[in-house]
Amino acid sequence: MSNTANFPLLSLIMFTPLVGAGVLLFVSKPNAIRWIANGFAMLGFLVSLPLWFWLDTTSPDWQFVERHEWIPSIGAEYFIGVDGFSVLLILLATLMGAIAVLSSWTAITERLKEYYIFLLVLQAGMIGAFVSLDFLLFFVFWEVMLVPMYFLIGIWGSANRLYSAIKFFLFTLVGSVIMLLGILAVYFYNHEVTGVYTFDITRFHELNMPIELQTWVFLAFFLGFAVKVPMFPFHTWLPDAHTDAPTAGSVILAAVLLKMGTYGFIRFSLPILPEATRNAVPWVVALCIIGIIYGALVAMAQTDWKRLVAYSSVSHMGLVMLGLFALTPVGITGSILQQINHGIATGGLFLLVGVVYERRHTREISEYGGLAKVMPAYAAVFLVLTMSSIGLPTLNGFIGEVLILQGIFVVNKVWAGFAATGIVLSAAYMLWLYQRTMWGTVDNPKNEHLPDLNLREWATFAPLLILAVWIGLYPKPFLDRLETSVDRVMARVSSVYPPRNVLHDDGQDAAELPALDGDVSDVIEIPVRGGAR
Amino acid sequence: MDLIWLIPLLPGIGAALNGLLGVRYFSKRVAAGVACVTMGGALLLSIGAFYQLLGAEHREHVVTVAQWIPPIPLATASGEIGAFEVPWAFRLDPLSGMMILIVTGIGFLIHLYSVAYMDHESRGAYARFFCYLNLFCFFMLMLVLGSTFLVMFVGWEGVGLCSYLLIGFWYHKQSASDAGKKAFIVNRVGDWGFMLGIFLIFFTFGTLDFRAVAEAAAEMPVEVGGFGVLSAICLLLFVGAVGKSAQIPLHIWLPDAMEGPTPVSALIHAATMVTAGVYMVGRNAVLFSHAPMVMQVVAWVGVLTALLAATIGLVQTDIKKVLAYSTVSQLGYMFLATGVGAFGAAAFHLMTHAFFKALLFLGSGSVIHAMNDEQDLRRMGNMRLYMPVTFITMFVGSLAIAGVPPFSGFFSKDEILYRTYLNNKLLWGLAVVTAGMTAFYMFRLIFMTFFGEYRGPSWGHQEGEDHAEAHAAADDGHDADAQGHAWHGPHESPGLMTGPLWMLAVGASVAGLVGIPAAFGFRNLIEPFLEPSFTAGAAHEATEHAESHLLEWGLMGFSVLIAIAGIALAYHFYVRRPERSEQLAKHWAGAHRWLTNKYYVDELYGATAIKGTIGSARGLWTVDRHVVDGAVNGAGWLTRACAWVSHVFDKYLVDGMFNLLAWVCTEGSYVFRRVQTGLIQNYAVATLFGVFAFVTMYLIARYVG
Repeated sequence: MSNTANFPLLSLIMFTPLVGAGVLLFVSKPNAIRWIANGFAMLGFLVSLPLWFWLDTTSPDWQFVERHEWIPSIGAEYFIGVDGFSVLLILLATLMGAIAVLSSWTAITERLKEYYIFLLVLQAGMIGAFVSLDFLLFFVFWEVMLVPMYFLIGIWGSANRLYSAIKFFLFTLVGSVIMLLGILAVYFYNHEVTGVYTFDITRFHELNMPIELQTWVFLAFFLGFAVKVPMFPFHTWLPDAHTDAPTAGSVILAAVLLKMGTYGFIRFSLPILPEATRNAVPWVVALCIIGIIYGALVAMAQTDWKRLVAYSSVSHMGLVMLGLFALTPVGITGSILQQINHGIATGGLFLLVGVVYERRHTREISEYGGLAKVMPAYAAVFLVLTMSSIGLPTLNGFIGEVLILQGIFVVNKVWAGFAATGIVLSAAYMLWLYQRTMWGTVDNPKNEHLPDLNLREWATFAPLLILAVWIGLYPKPFLDRLETSVDRVMARVSSVYPPRNVLHDDGQDAAELPALDGDVSDVIEIPVRGGAR
Repeated sequence: MDLIWLIPLLPGIGAALNGLLGVRYFSKRVAAGVACVTMGGALLLSIGAFYQLLGAEHREHVVTVAQWIPPIPLATASGEIGAFEVPWAFRLDPLSGMMILIVTGIGFLIHLYSVAYMDHESRGAYARFFCYLNLFCFFMLMLVLGSTFLVMFVGWEGVGLCSYLLIGFWYHKQSASDAGKKAFIVNRVGDWGFMLGIFLIFFTFGTLDFRAVAEAAAEMPVEVGGFGVLSAICLLLFVGAVGKSAQIPLHIWLPDAMEGPTPVSALIHAATMVTAGVYMVGRNAVLFSHAPMVMQVVAWVGVLTALLAATIGLVQTDIKKVLAYSTVSQLGYMFLATGVGAFGAAAFHLMTHAFFKALLFLGSGSVIHAMNDEQDLRRMGNMRLYMPVTFITMFVGSLAIAGVPPFSGFFSKDEILYRTYLNNKLLWGLAVVTAGMTAFYMFRLIFMTFFGEYRGPSWGHQEGEDHAEAHAAADDGHDADAQGHAWHGPHESPGLMTGPLWMLAVGASVAGLVGIPAAFGFRNLIEPFLEPSFTAGAAHEATEHAESHLLEWGLMGFSVLIAIAGIALAYHFYVRRPERSEQLAKHWAGAHRWLTNKYYVDELYGATAIKGTIGSARGLWTVDRHVVDGAVNGAGWLTRACAWVSHVFDKYLVDGMFNLLAWVCTEGSYVFRRVQTGLIQNYAVATLFGVFAFVTMYLIARYVG
């Protein structure tokens, strides 16, 4: 564990939005509030940028670690640190946070101060969850995020906002309460074995719990994380929350908050409970495949633009989970990259809905049509993000899709075959949406004079478009940063795959690696890596 | 040759310029200039690279530009841990060399042609068109130059996108936007197979590099009489090829794709993109050669597609639809060739087809342009008087596709027929029938368009009465405001359009000369040249056919006879006795209806796949709302119900008891308050009663108990 800069960078990143929220308390002029909120959100992104450059991609250690006592009586610590995986998610969170704040400039006109404070607090909560290496600290941040989101939906949302806000809150809360039981089980088991009371995740990663306990804890974690992802059949809070949330809320929800679930699986379920994870693969995969196809089909039936995108999220997140439970380096790498991609594409799609919603105050697809004529730049951005979403090569979504499907293919060909039908269905519902909204003639007089994207709106889309093309053409910098994170997980869930630097040392010739005897699936067993310290 | 990566990149840059700046800032002249210059540059580079390739000792050159997906460990079928790794690598070899010449050459001509053809579009749309067209060339060149399956797939999907955008170019038309969407989705069905094929290839071979896969596959036994992993790979790849090259059962999108502007039909839906499937099968010739069972499938799908599409082509009345079915049919021919193992012949036909079909489409575009966007053959006629250049060039193209010597189609088609005859007589028979039909429907098109009575609308020289009609016709066109001018009757197209026609006509005439059969005593240049692309090692010799030249001559003569018969029949029905064709249609009304309705395949898919998908989508949406979410809301309701019950319990039972107690106390207090009179006498009486009562109780207890 290292902190190369010897500087509390992570704390700075986390507290910048909080400071912004604090400053906003004392400001009352609307425009001043807007400028300050945007300033701090932007600053939050800028201070997180060094993570990208300073991260040591070859080191398997946790980096930028800070460790202080928090609640010594129960062994809880303020213990934070990152690896490549969390760095990417933090950058996604800070970028999307800044974009979300910027996108609200004219959309939000009431109770500005509270709105921006909630957004900034939410931001801090998300970053906190991504950097926590203490399970209790993680849990606190996990719960903290619920509150601002609840208010964002409940106060600034549309028609059914109270129902949706409460649904969102309760759903996640139920999951997380059960998850807390799981955390406590691990906590007490760890004490039993090592005699130390601690919530230190890095220690939990070395535990070898008995399989029965693992299974129960896995189920507890699963409920907590699967609700958040959301996996079929725990997904129904998502379309409601998305549909009724204000644009910025939807963007954050889709781009970052959903990743909490997948982050939880990768950070906790897989490495702490490797055996139970392996046993669960067929069940989880079944849910994933149902989710992919089901989400896509239900998306096809939607008449509400935003709800359609929300259901497409269910389908895409099913694919992300599938890559994860392939338990192959390619699959997990693809899964993580696809989380970023989903943030870019779906976050962008929600922004796009927000743009026309602000102009027309309706999300009904049938209200639109022929927008390509009146808003050509908008139509072009929509096209690129649609293509990113349906995985067109040279854009980001394709890399993730290929890695995930290739990763699951070597495990089971039939699963891959079913999952790949998603590429047909996603094209169908997205292009149909595009046709119904962008193409055709402008037959609704209200649409005749819609203004095209303005400079501020361009500024919210530009980074997403650049990232989409960058990841699509040259994903190497992203994939390099994931290498050690993936290897850490793989070392726990499978003994088949050696850590990556072995590959590098031998040159990239796979043939030089020792052949394994027998079927790959036979060789899987838990590596015993020192139970207690 | 090290610069081959620039060949796709140049049109890519053009697309980026036109897309980012052009649609907003460029004048038409600049937009067209950017597109044509980048395409011209790509053409020059291609010619240079091809020239170098001809001179090279070892006709294979791979350029790796950068790493795309860095190596990530992944298990393979052999049990070894391979590395999933994809570089941005481009390969120049005889096959891709031929393809880049076709794509850049024909692409450049079509760019020139479009400069004039699209001129009546508004400025923004004009730049948008050239952006898409350049983008298409970018992806198409990536497809043919890609050195690994995944880079090819990039181009493969990318051309699909451009095809979608260009078919839907006039997006305000419902039919155009439907057709674009249909093309993309049907292609995606094929891509599903292609992707799974790619995954299986990596799993089997641990690499996605074409050459490495071919070499590894060459070591494996030919899967005679069995269906092994190579057959599975080939079948999946072929699913992709069927989608892209519009073969049965995924052929339905191509005729609809004619909604796009005609230069697009020529470039994408005739000359280049739709042949990508053939190219892909050819690129994997080694794999396919090891899977004879799949080869049979390929051959049969090819010949049936060729035959059925030709029959549909017999009765179509839209000039572009005839050409579209003809394209489907010719693509079937190419697959037939690959299916019988004649990869060289397939590539040869691909090349000649690119010339004559691009020519025919551009010619039809010229006619449509001249007729003010009329596409119905029944409203044309005698056009040779008005547009001699178009007539002559299209006539040449038709001779070429019909297989009349010495035009190019004759040589390539004949090679296919000959090789098919050696393989399977039944396939050959079907192919020959198709050849006859091809000659018939092509000359039906020529005769209906260029001969006979003029049947189109009259035009402006009878100023006044017909002016309104001309305007009405214009309103059907693309862009009402751009079409405001009066139409002055059919006229020859401008030089920028006829120039490419001439050049393609020359190509369609002489392109066949590179593949003159050995029977003529010349050397067949193209097939030995391409041979290294179809085999694994350099050691293989070009396969020599041991059959006698007599057989070859005989077959050749026969197919020429068939072609001439087809032409003669068309002449009989559409020039000498035009009324006979209508009588025939009436006589065979049932068959005619099936053909004009394309065997009702669209209707079949509409009733099954599409209706099924939409139905299940709606059904699941209901399930989601009422069952899945119903469970959630039910849980919520149950909680609230419990809360209500406990509320009632709490309010009326728990709290009620306390309230009762309180009530009793309150009420009791009223009673007992009366007792508190404050009069000492009352208290004394009460005390007396009390004492009396206690004494009584004591006595009773004492003496009774």
